[in-house]
Amino acid sequence: MPTLETTFAGIKCMNPFWLASAPPTNCGEQIMRAFDAGWGGAVWKTIGEPITNVSSRYSSVDWNGQRMMGFNNIELISDRPTEVNLREIAEVKRRYPKHVVIASLMVESKRDVWHEMVQRAEDAGADGLELNFGCPHGMSERGMGSAVGQVPEYCQQITGWVKEKARTPVIVKLTPNISDIRIPARAAKRAGADALSAINTINSITGIDLNTLEPRPMVDGKSSHGGYCGPAVKPIALNMVQQVNSDFTDGKPLPMSGIGGIGSWQDAAEFILLGSGTVQVCTAAMHYGYRIVEDMGDGLLDWMRQKGYETIDDFRGLSLPNMREWKNLNLNYRVVAEIHAEKCIGCQLCYTACWDGAHQCIHMDRPEGGTQAIVTGVDPRYAHNDANPHGKPTPAMRQAQSGKTISTTPIPKLDLDGAGTESSVTPLSRIPRVDVDECVGCNLCSLVCPVEDCITMERIDNGLAPQTWAERVAAGIAPTGAELAANPNH
Amino acid sequence: MMSEATSFQEQSKASPEIAQRFPDLHPAFDKQAAVPEANRCLYCFDAPCTQACPTHIDVPKFIKKIASGNLAGSAKTILDANILGESCSRACPVQVLCEGACVMHRYNKKPIEIGRLQRFAMDALHESGAPLPFSPGEDTGKSVALIGGGPASLACAAELRRRGIRADIYDARPLPGGLNTYGIAEYKLTLDASLREIDLLAQLGVNFNFNVMVDAAKLAELETAYDAVFLGLGLGAIHRLGIAGEQMQGVTNALDFIAGYKSGAITSAPERVAVVGAGNTAIDAANAAVRLGAREVHMIYRRGPEQMSAFDFEYEHAKQEGVKFLWHVQPAGIEGSAAVEGLELQQLESSADGSLVPKQETNFVLPVDWIVLAIGQSTHTDFLIADEKVRLERGRILIDRASGQTSNPKYFAGGDCTNGGREVVDAVADGKRAGIGIAAWLEGKDANA
Repeated sequence: MPTLETTFAGIKCMNPFWLASAPPTNCGEQIMRAFDAGWGGAVWKTIGEPITNVSSRYSSVDWNGQRMMGFNNIELISDRPTEVNLREIAEVKRRYPKHVVIASLMVESKRDVWHEMVQRAEDAGADGLELNFGCPHGMSERGMGSAVGQVPEYCQQITGWVKEKARTPVIVKLTPNISDIRIPARAAKRAGADALSAINTINSITGIDLNTLEPRPMVDGKSSHGGYCGPAVKPIALNMVQQVNSDFTDGKPLPMSGIGGIGSWQDAAEFILLGSGTVQVCTAAMHYGYRIVEDMGDGLLDWMRQKGYETIDDFRGLSLPNMREWKNLNLNYRVVAEIHAEKCIGCQLCYTACWDGAHQCIHMDRPEGGTQAIVTGVDPRYAHNDANPHGKPTPAMRQAQSGKTISTTPIPKLDLDGAGTESSVTPLSRIPRVDVDECVGCNLCSLVCPVEDCITMERIDNGLAPQTWAERVAAGIAPTGAELAANPNH
Repeated sequence: MMSEATSFQEQSKASPEIAQRFPDLHPAFDKQAAVPEANRCLYCFDAPCTQACPTHIDVPKFIKKIASGNLAGSAKTILDANILGESCSRACPVQVLCEGACVMHRYNKKPIEIGRLQRFAMDALHESGAPLPFSPGEDTGKSVALIGGGPASLACAAELRRRGIRADIYDARPLPGGLNTYGIAEYKLTLDASLREIDLLAQLGVNFNFNVMVDAAKLAELETAYDAVFLGLGLGAIHRLGIAGEQMQGVTNALDFIAGYKSGAITSAPERVAVVGAGNTAIDAANAAVRLGAREVHMIYRRGPEQMSAFDFEYEHAKQEGVKFLWHVQPAGIEGSAAVEGLELQQLESSADGSLVPKQETNFVLPVDWIVLAIGQSTHTDFLIADEKVRLERGRILIDRASGQTSNPKYFAGGDCTNGGREVVDAVADGKRAGIGIAAWLEGKDANA
């Protein structure tokens, strides 16, 4: 039987699911209910000198009728007195000794202030410390949060102060609001950090009220840039987690607690496959409540069983070797789209996507009843003296043709062949065809197709041995790009 | 004759009792229902729903505008293709048109509710109080007489006005709209909705001449006075049975019955009603009899359910309303002294050559208080035959489908008088093509002059 039990930077965890430092971990009462729901750990809402918050604080991006695809906040760290937070940490640890409680800390950038806070948090019973060098709003204006995370020297210095005092593992939480997240990650490592967590929220403006012209979230008619999170940021987070976890510049990477848009067991599995030892969740719990953790565990265990993994470590990082620089991808690998006609519903989204967004190699030319409809009209490209490379009607020509057809309501007594449309079968004339000679294998059609497995990308054996751009450069058959090599960002 | 001061909508005498007995068959969406439904649309390219619509409304385009909150743009998209987009959204048999063609049948078996979304957009336009989003074209000095004030003529008139051509409608009735106003079951399209839609259209500057019966003499006069004539006559009276007793009190026809209750002149039905016929109009009449209080409503049809001309969903609807069906029977006599008391029915069977023949000794009497005839409409194009104005075929006016032009180049036609009786949307499509056809013909004449 697979197990979710794992050890992260020396901390024993009953499962890898932690609540991130945020409103769901504001107080002990919440965290104890979260533990009852199944969360293995919680990173306490950042403790520091109590602040004053604004009202309102959150805003979100909805997408096609779904709420909170992306979420944004301008709330600051804990607004509760430090002694109250620490007293509750002690109480939670007393009642839930096997659950992980991490104290997230953010204080003034002074050595003695940090020393005192570390001492108090650990005395309260925290299993570890997370240094909040990531918050992008409010606190950063006071020289804390991302103001530290964005300057590798500050990051290194403060991590160093904490390590002077800490007896428990120190996790440095990284900000994504930086051009290369590996730089502060290396700084934290140099200072002796035991682990990293990434990503914190991303600078954002979620939207503007088109009636009042006020950006959201609105505070007395004004707004301020907030921290973006939720499902929308997951791809950005995965990329940054991978970048840090594949960085062997200063030796083996540190343990990573992955954060960013996680809400399901699949999300968690992806972060772990890119090297995360635990995952942290906030937005999904804010949206649906603590109960979401049940399926995260249940689903992950079932997947592990299917894949034959016994522990989290069995699959942690397994996808890292599959991420490469572009120059190391096989240029001789080729796939082409295949439309499985029996599954096609005739929406023609692949057709319009290929013509307007890709390479004009999907055509509507399957003959109906043995004959092919002749589409008349002028291909606009002829007017510009450009050849139509495919000699096929453009989408505009086809649509104009449809507009000219005369349709009538089928009436049983007037139409002897019977009324009604045969809606269960896609007419052949509506099923697109891929010109496999022209198809570049971009995936676009298979991505826009609403039907599962209707368009698949099939490998074409071109008989060529694998060859990468780097190999072509080494063989002298491709330019080296000397100018770019001088770019410090490369 | 002209109605400038009051709107048509104000002239309708909506009866609260009828409104209560004929609530919407397909209630309107509210915003919370419309937007998720709009978001469900896949936004097909060259969409089958648009192709299936006789007026080719760009369905995905108007639906995505609902999703984006651009309701004015959504209504404009609908009206640009179909000036009677509101009545079509309610009266169209969408199951065999746009919704029948929806690719979702092959996806998750749940077609997009296009009709209700279209109504949502049209209702929003009316509720906003915004004017019709089109203006009349620059005056060309040309004029067209349109005979009949139903959907075909209204659609034709709108196209003409948008092209700066005067459009004068002549109708025998006191209100415009033809069957839209007088003949569609109230639970599909209310009288009020039909008239407010025509009020909106009238902003293009259409001239209405009511209570004018156009005969051969009047037609000759109009032909001289106008640059072209559009025939949107619709169909004529409902056929009669041709049996004794048809003049008796208690024998009526479906169109008079429907027009009667829509106007509030009929507010109840007697205990027992027989509807003769099995088309969509027959079903509307049978359902209406139920809703107006009849306890037993029978539909009388000489063939079986497989041959009935009503749409399947209309048949199902009638069954749900409680209508009973008598198959393979035909009226043989009407019983009663002062008023109808019974309908004598004769059972039929198929003969060797496939024709229906009466079974001997099987007649029986169905006790009824009302007999409603719904066995198809005749044409009333006879007045066109006299001078061989236009070519007819079995009473229908022959037209070029693309332009609506008849055998007589000055005459155009569309709607039921050309297609034998289809749906509102078919009449609108005919009228629209004819309006464009007339404008092109008038322009061509100028060009050749």
